[in-house]
Amino acid sequence: MPPPTLHHRNHAVPIHLPRRTLQAMPTELAPLYSAAIAPDRTPDLVPDGAEPFVQLAHINKSFAGVRALEDVHLTIERGRIHCLVGENGCGKSTLIKVLAGVYPRDSGTVRINGRDYEKMSPIDSIREGIQVIYQDFSLFPNFTVAENIALNEQLADNKRIVNWKQVRQVAQDALKQIDVSLPLDARVEEMSVANKQLIAISKALRQNAQLIVMDEPTSALTEREVRNLFAVIRRLQARGIAFLFVSHKLNEVLEISETIMVMRNGHNVSDGDRAEYDHARLVFEMTGQSIREKSYAYTPAPGAQPRLAVDQLTVHGMLQDISLRLFPGEIVGITGLLGSGRTELALALFGMLPIASGTIAMDGKPVRIRTIHDAISHGIGYVPEDRLSEGLFLEQSIGNNIVVRIIDRLRGALGLTDKRQVTQQVDHWVDALHIKTGSPELAAKTLSGGNQQRVVLAKWLASNPRLLILNGPTVGVDIGSKNELHELMKALAQEGMGLLVISDDIPELLQVCNRILLMRHGRIEEEILPMATNENELAAKLIED
Amino acid sequence: MSETTASQPFPTSIRRNNPVLRLAIIAALIFAAFSLILRDQFFSVRNMQSMAVQFPEFGILAIAIALTMISGGIDLSVVGIANLSGILAALTMTHFAPDGSSPLWLMLAAIAVALVVGSLCGLFNGFLVARIGIPPILATLGSGSLYTGFGYVITGGYAVRTAQMAAIGNGSLLGIPYPVMIFALAAAIFALLLNRTAWGFNVYMLGTNTTAARFSGVRSILVLFRTYWLAGLLGAVAGIVFLARANSAKPDYGESFVLLSVLISILGGVSYIGGFGTISGLVLAVLSLQFLSTGLNMLMLQLSGSSAAIFFKQFAWGALLLIVMVINYYSQQRQNRSPG
Amino acid sequence: MNLSFLRKTEVLVALTIVLFCIIVGIINPVFFTVANVFDLLRSSIVMGIFAMGVLLVIISGGIDVSFTAVAVFAMYATVKLLNAYWVEAPMWVAFILAGAMGLGLGFINAFFISRFNLPTLIVTLGTLSMFHGFVLFAIGNSIIRSMPPSFTAFARSTLLEVPLSNGGVSRLHPAIFLTVVAALLTWLLLDYTMLGRGVYALGGAREAAGRAGFNIPRIQYFIYGTVGLLSGIAGITYAALGRQANPQDIVGSELNVIAAVVLGGATLTGGRGTVIGTVLGVALVVIMNNSLILLGIPTTWQRVVLGVIIILGTGMPALQAQRAQRRSQITEGIA
Repeated sequence: MPPPTLHHRNHAVPIHLPRRTLQAMPTELAPLYSAAIAPDRTPDLVPDGAEPFVQLAHINKSFAGVRALEDVHLTIERGRIHCLVGENGCGKSTLIKVLAGVYPRDSGTVRINGRDYEKMSPIDSIREGIQVIYQDFSLFPNFTVAENIALNEQLADNKRIVNWKQVRQVAQDALKQIDVSLPLDARVEEMSVANKQLIAISKALRQNAQLIVMDEPTSALTEREVRNLFAVIRRLQARGIAFLFVSHKLNEVLEISETIMVMRNGHNVSDGDRAEYDHARLVFEMTGQSIREKSYAYTPAPGAQPRLAVDQLTVHGMLQDISLRLFPGEIVGITGLLGSGRTELALALFGMLPIASGTIAMDGKPVRIRTIHDAISHGIGYVPEDRLSEGLFLEQSIGNNIVVRIIDRLRGALGLTDKRQVTQQVDHWVDALHIKTGSPELAAKTLSGGNQQRVVLAKWLASNPRLLILNGPTVGVDIGSKNELHELMKALAQEGMGLLVISDDIPELLQVCNRILLMRHGRIEEEILPMATNENELAAKLIED
Repeated sequence: MSETTASQPFPTSIRRNNPVLRLAIIAALIFAAFSLILRDQFFSVRNMQSMAVQFPEFGILAIAIALTMISGGIDLSVVGIANLSGILAALTMTHFAPDGSSPLWLMLAAIAVALVVGSLCGLFNGFLVARIGIPPILATLGSGSLYTGFGYVITGGYAVRTAQMAAIGNGSLLGIPYPVMIFALAAAIFALLLNRTAWGFNVYMLGTNTTAARFSGVRSILVLFRTYWLAGLLGAVAGIVFLARANSAKPDYGESFVLLSVLISILGGVSYIGGFGTISGLVLAVLSLQFLSTGLNMLMLQLSGSSAAIFFKQFAWGALLLIVMVINYYSQQRQNRSPG
Repeated sequence: MNLSFLRKTEVLVALTIVLFCIIVGIINPVFFTVANVFDLLRSSIVMGIFAMGVLLVIISGGIDVSFTAVAVFAMYATVKLLNAYWVEAPMWVAFILAGAMGLGLGFINAFFISRFNLPTLIVTLGTLSMFHGFVLFAIGNSIIRSMPPSFTAFARSTLLEVPLSNGGVSRLHPAIFLTVVAALLTWLLLDYTMLGRGVYALGGAREAAGRAGFNIPRIQYFIYGTVGLLSGIAGITYAALGRQANPQDIVGSELNVIAAVVLGGATLTGGRGTVIGTVLGVALVVIMNNSLILLGIPTTWQRVVLGVIIILGTGMPALQAQRAQRRSQITEGIA
């Protein structure tokens, strides 16, 4: 049985898909599709003109009674670069999925390419030339570059036999379109994230893309790769292809986009030309808050030893001659672009990278850190960047997540774990950090992002570290919880803990840290005092090369 | 299935979806059904005793495999370990007491030999899994072949016959056969180790998320070494029971026990991807299987009168596994549909 | 010189085989005689057919341990049926019958795997027990020694005859064709059909496979059906070559076949594996096992050797991966 036909190049062809094609479709698509072929459609007679390519208006969408989108509109012009920005959970992804036909809308109108859609299925959307590139790119790591690019076309053409010559030809043509050369026979798993993205774009182009939607396209790219991606996008734009970026990286949004649309809590809050926006306005529109948190007031204790003293630390190919001091009660921010060495510094201090030379001292005592265990035994804790995979045991209970560091100490008779002490500890931390849950016995995955991060913090605080390294402490946390987490961090520092905060969230750095170290190419470039700078200045410094 | 299974030290309160509860009900139902249908033939002291000498062999192995499964791996080599330790224990007996006597010191020495062999095998598995990083299923497939192979080399492929351990296999205290007591003891010890020690706690955490365990400072290499070592030790205990029951040790005894033990573990609610599982669930699965085999055996014998009846249990085991998985599937579906 | 091709598993396995053959050949020149080569080929027939089925499953990211029970089921039931109703049946009828039974049993696996989305190991573990139990309990549990005449004739047939110096003849059995055809078809299927690409896609990125429009249930039915079909054919071949049908045979050897496939470079995580690698993996295991005697090593060492091969064959890539991971730790930290 042939796989489903995903796109038809010719709109005028009446659509008569055999029943068996419906059965062959992924089950979640089939019902949508069968509904969508019902209405009679007239061939598209509207010429390309003034009318926008996509017009979504008054879109409403709820999940189990929760409003995800409320009266939202989205207009996309041909050959224009649009950006959709907003905090996590603001409804960006839901809107994209409505546009892609993955979620049926509850109400509202969808007009694409001059045609109104009563219902829209993923197939309709693809046929209209809308291509969504999700964060995982939907590529096959075990296939070659060529096959990944040509696969969808082969499937769409109902091919049964693979013509490898044709596959290579298709891939070569596609890559030529974006002026990129990649080894056709290399496996995609060997490709960098940036190259995977280019492969995904070429794949989309082969399917007659008129609009390419990219979800957080730059989140794992280095500065140079971002430039390269932007160059490709501008080339394609010149050929009339529209782009919709979904992003929270405001610098990049401001750089590439021509039209900006901001969403918050399932609403449009503002949209307009790029020229109308600057960094501060975007932050304000996204968060709806102009009230600044109070910045952290650090008062040095006289004559104190530095909690952490790093001298001339070098990790081959990653860090070069890093020296820094962090005193008890300080919150020091480390910032820089991806690849600047900010995460590498954290990993090196946590015993996860081989230190080639340099010294580290804790409270004046020199220490050697070669393993995670070394780091922990010297009182260093690390809240990792990727909470879900590195920080939490999602399926385990909240309680188990909290005591994992200290279970060895909670012993009673015969050296066996004392359940009463365990319960005490768990209750104490759930209470102290205001972790909102029905019961600590529930799995950690039942919590919201902010509460999950509190669980990760509780895990470390329970073992009473002297230095806590936090990497992207509020990524994926909503604004309210973010402020609470910031207050918590300040409180910890005030009690004498040293905090090293790795972040590229500029307002966060300015509000939480008493000093900020800017990294570039594996070195600490500059020390910045929050009081002596502002968001725009720091943002500009951050992207300088 | 994983998230519905309770893990210590915070057992999820009994929900409608608790597999241990479900298993207890299944075991009780099977027991009651056969007691009703077969009456005295099933529900008798004699039958209880005959059942009691059968399940410890694979029950002990099942604990070993369950341990490794909870840690996110598997140990396919435990039967090989059991046979190799049994063979060396038997040879110790026949070598030092060729007259067939079994002085206590020698029995203890033979047991010690078995335990040392089991430990070494287990530590080698730990080395392959934790140090070299071979996927456990392949590492223990290879090492299992190695251990069984050593058994062949040592014995030349023949059974080592000795009744010098029969005292353990046939003896009983207060009507409870020693093998049952050994199984019960092993189950109790490992329930305690898993629930009430840092090692046990870490086994669950490691099985849930290796990366998070590393970032939380869990020393996974040590935890894994200990896990596979203990599995090897349990293999040796099973080997002693094999020897004591069969009065012989041979390299290819009980090869079907590997898959049977995996089946028991999964039936008992141990997650096949790691992180969850309890000894109580495992014990109930062992009992369910034993009731089912014996009862079906008797029933089929009564109905067909053919000796082939003994094979029906094998069919029933597989069917039970699939039925339990399908039930889990539907209850999971229902849970997903209802909010919360 | 570019030595990167050495990193390919297939090349490594092939080099190991060549090296081993040279060593054995030097110690005992009998190794390179036609008779020995024919023996080795004959020993690879059944394992080779099984391995093709197992390869499909492993590439798709699954694992099947029930194929031995499927083989025994098809083999034993076919022989019993033919003995009872059509003793004179030609051999191809036996193959079709056994193949069809295997296909049916394979579809049972596919049903549980695709309908309930259950892990393949658990489903096939259950069906292994069920299928084998069913054979022993409902079909029969004694060894059948009087085989239909066509089986006996098949066992005696010869593809090639080479006279030996001692006056005897060495024969190559035509059943090797089955293995060769199975391997060729599997290769064509995997590399040149969209269905085959679907098998790789399923193992490489399941979610993306669904999104791209592959029909996953259909691929699963295809995979497990094919394993069943091949197992049925392998089972009947085994019985014909051995001139008896023993319901206790074959079951228990599933892990050996899986080991051979993995040695050939297929990974249990799915998405990877080739027919040529699998052929080499089977060859390695068969040659090692059958050559011990030529080296003057007692056959009791077979299992030890197999164990060592598996540990080395999986340990070296594991160490390599560890080193590679240490090198790329940083990218992991960033991503």
